[in-house]
Parts: sequence; structure tokens; C-alpha cells
Amino acid sequence: MAPPPSFLQQPVVFLVWTSLLKTLFVLFGAVLPIVSLSVFSERKVSAFIQDRVGPNRVGLPTSLLGFRKDLRLAGLGQMIADPIKLLLKENFIPASVNKFYFYIAPKLTMIPPLLVLAVVPFGSTFLGVPMVIANINVGILYVFAVSSLGVYGIVLAGWASNSKYPFLGGIRSSSQMISYELALGLSVVPIFLVCGTLNLSDIVQWQIKHGWLILPFSFTEGFSLSRLVLWGTMMISFIVFVVSMFAETNRTPFDLPEAEQELVGGYHTEYSSMGFALFFLGEYAAMIAGSGVIVTLFLGGWSLPFIPDGSSHWLFGLESHVWSWLPGVFWGLVNITVFFLKVSVILFVFIWVRWTVPRFRYDQLMKLGWIWFFEIALVNIFLAALTLVYLE
Amino acid sequence: MALVVQRPKLNIAERMYLPALLAGLALTFKHLKNTILGRTHVTMQYPEERWDSHLPEWYRGAPTLVADEWGRERCVACQLCEFICPPRAITIHPEEIPSTDKWAKVEKRPKEFEIDMIRCIYCGLCEEVCPEQAIFLRKDYSITGYTRAEMKHNKAKLYEMGGLKTGVVNKWNEKK
Repeated sequence: MAPPPSFLQQPVVFLVWTSLLKTLFVLFGAVLPIVSLSVFSERKVSAFIQDRVGPNRVGLPTSLLGFRKDLRLAGLGQMIADPIKLLLKENFIPASVNKFYFYIAPKLTMIPPLLVLAVVPFGSTFLGVPMVIANINVGILYVFAVSSLGVYGIVLAGWASNSKYPFLGGIRSSSQMISYELALGLSVVPIFLVCGTLNLSDIVQWQIKHGWLILPFSFTEGFSLSRLVLWGTMMISFIVFVVSMFAETNRTPFDLPEAEQELVGGYHTEYSSMGFALFFLGEYAAMIAGSGVIVTLFLGGWSLPFIPDGSSHWLFGLESHVWSWLPGVFWGLVNITVFFLKVSVILFVFIWVRWTVPRFRYDQLMKLGWIWFFEIALVNIFLAALTLVYLE
Repeated sequence: MALVVQRPKLNIAERMYLPALLAGLALTFKHLKNTILGRTHVTMQYPEERWDSHLPEWYRGAPTLVADEWGRERCVACQLCEFICPPRAITIHPEEIPSTDKWAKVEKRPKEFEIDMIRCIYCGLCEEVCPEQAIFLRKDYSITGYTRAEMKHNKAKLYEMGGLKTGVVNKWNEKK
């Protein structure tokens, strides 16, 4: 007779503490380091694109320990120096602001992107535990519901600052939201028609079986006419979704609420110190969450072709009965790494696009959202549906 | 009459914006690649790489005092530089050379010679006006200090920076 499960192994308790560990990992092990790394790489990539050097001084101060030179590490110390600078600054609150909303606006901007990450599967399984914090069936609907809340923080910040530029930034943000949100939601409907599920983990599983949605072929099944036909609609979905994601995360060419050159930083003009840092964190966390969703929906999530997942029992012949846990740990780690590598590639594209294209005017954005993307996404749904019916 | 600017007729590809976007991305990626591979000329890395070897002969850096080939200080404390200095950076306290001195016939020398480097504008008028060719603008350009007092170059400092300069002025030569 098997021994009774210990306290930690009871199903509910197990779920709670594993979820807590996963949340801690995603927050402090992934999001915060990636945020500061992407702030650094934003500065570095922008410098390289503009034929400059970028931050290259801050490193390890080894000369304090008696060595002859400081280690520069290509300026990687900037990752730590920037947050420290922001933390140590005075948190100045102007006299004319509405204090309550001024306080909560940065938090409202930062929290939604972190919440989005809860449903994004960032790995297969690790020691038998699925690497997604909340494996819920409404998946992508939850993503849209939560990520749209981020605009409240921006609008509130613009309004509570009681100053003209933040106010204009807040107004632009709301006008921007109503123009891209519809296209964002409608553009992914074809994916659900194809996969038949809203659950993000199941979508990843579908892509492992039938090939990534952005590719016209499947890794296991090879080329087929049906995939080629579906690929057209998927590409349209992909383009509309990615462009809407740029608008959702307030990135150039749709960074109208910030618009440094016109609005002096827009909604966060009046913020300093940690308030500003939270907006910054929120923007970059939104980029990470957005990249995570793009990767999950179109690029096969944590999977790489011909790489087994965490449930595999094979490890180059090293597996044995003594080390039966080893393949699970190894492939689990590989899958998590693959996911974050894909996310960083998308993050690089975000940065790359920012330093390439000029900003849209907001009537242009509205025209793009309402006249082009909304219709394209709508027609695309019918195309996908017709294709699927025909293929049946 | 208002000028009507003719808008160019755009074809479908140009109106779609995407081809132009891709072209732009390719261009910026080329710059990114070239900078990473070191094919782009970037800024001089200042504290490690300096202008020193590129400075021209006529470069106007910090003004200094010079001694001649016999080690005599050239300045005779005529105070012309003090008078011409536009920002009034120079202060000279003259003194008489004692009769026991080898150069007693020169009669006058600066007891204290101060140039306030916070005020100095590196115009070179002092060098131009000096009848004795005693003051020269050398190539030192990063004059820094922690206090205002440190930024005042006194006589010792000025001679240290100036050093020796052999030149055409030799009217105080013994042979004459």
C-alpha cells in the first residue's frame, strides 16, 4: 500500500505552492531581469543603429578591490545602475495633482502586463509540473481583458497630473485604444478556428503537432496544400496582430501617448523616481507579455522542432533508473530557455522597429485601425472559415 | 495666392507602407551590423584616446609662462597681458630684481603671476601682446579642479607647465 501523500503533495496544497514558486520565478527570475536587460539593449541597439557606441562604461568596479583596471563588461553594469538611480531619486509630487489617482496610476499601468504573463505557458513541464501559472481555458480572452486595463493607468496619470502634456497623452492613449483593440481581438479569431481552442497551452500543443502557425509547413508532416492555403490567412492575422501589439504596448510607431518630442514624455511628464520607474517597468513588461503572446500564438511557444518536452525520458543515453528525473529537468530547462529566447527575438524586433519608423499621427492611426485593420481582420475570419470548411 | 503642393501619386505598394517599412528595417539593420562588426567610424573614446597627437601647431590651449635658454624667466612684469586680457583673468604683482642678481639689468619681474582658468577664454591676446615672448598658449586643454582655488594657476604652476622655450628674443643676452 502506498504511503499517504504528505501535506505538500495534497493536490490543492501542491497547486498553491508550485504556483507561488512559478509566480516568483516569472516575476523576479524572468520579467525584472529581462526588463532591465531590454532597457539596456534598447540603448545599445539604438546606439548601434545610429552609428554610436552607446553605454559602455559601467561595469564591475574592480579597481576598488585593488585591481589595476575596472571591468567594463561592455557596459552591462548599466542594467543595475539605471534602476538604482531611479530608486534613489526624490519622489517629487507636484502640488496641483490629484494625489490619490496620481499614486495609483503607475501601479495600474504596471500590474496588467504582469497579470497577462500568468496564462502564457513559458515552458513544457519541469519535474512534472506544467510551466504555466494559470492554465485556464479562456486563455487569450483573459489576455485581452486584462491587457486593455493598462490604458486606465495611462489615462488616470494624464488626468491626475493636472498638466497639459500629460493630459494630451492620456487623451491620445484612449483614442488609440479604441482604434486598435477591435483589430487586435479579431485578428486572432482565425487561430481559434484552426486550433479549436482558446487555451494557450493547447494552442502550443497543436503547433507542436501541426507546425508553427506562421510557417506554411509542418515539421512532422511536411508540406501540404491545406497548410499552404491556411498560411495566407495566418500571415494576415500575424501582421495585423503584431501591428496592433505595437499599438497596445505604446511602442513606436504608435507611441502617441508618450511622444517625447511633442508631449515631453506625455502621461509620465510629472512623474519622477519610482513612479516613473513603474511606468517604465509597465511599458517593458507589456512588451514582454506581448512578445510572449505573439510567440505562443504564432511561433510555437516553448517548442522547437525535434526537441522533446519535459515529459521525455530520453537524454542522449544518459538516462537510467537512478537518474530518472534528469531528462525531465534537462528538457524542461531547455524548453524554458527556448521560450525566453524567442521572446527576446521579438523584443529585439520591437526595439529595431522603434529606431526605424517615424511616429504616426493619431488620425492616421485611427484610419489604420478603423478603415484597414478592422476590415482586414473581419474578412480574414471569413476567409479562414471558408478555407476550413472547404478543407473539410 | 496660396501655393498648392502637388502630392505625388503613390502606387499600391507605396500606399501599403509595408515595403517602405521593410526597406527601412533593412537599412537600420545594415547600420547595426556594421557598427557591431566595427566597420563604422565611431566617436573617439575620450579619456583613453585623446586629441593630443592630432592637435595643430597653432592650437590655443592653456596660457603658460616660459623661461629662456639660460633659465631666466622671460616675463618682465610689464603687465600688458593683464591690461589686454578681455575677461581679466590675469593678475600680476611685480617686484624689483635685487641688484645682486645676475639679471639685475632687467630690473623687473613678477613676484606673483596668477591666471584664473575659470575666467580664461583661451583667446591668445596675452601671447600676442607680450613684447618679451614670455607667455605662450600651450596644448593643455582639460584644465580641471575640485575648487576655485585649484583653478587659479600661480607662477610656479605656470612655469612648470610652460617649461623652456628658446626663441628670437635675446636682448638681455650677456653678449650684447
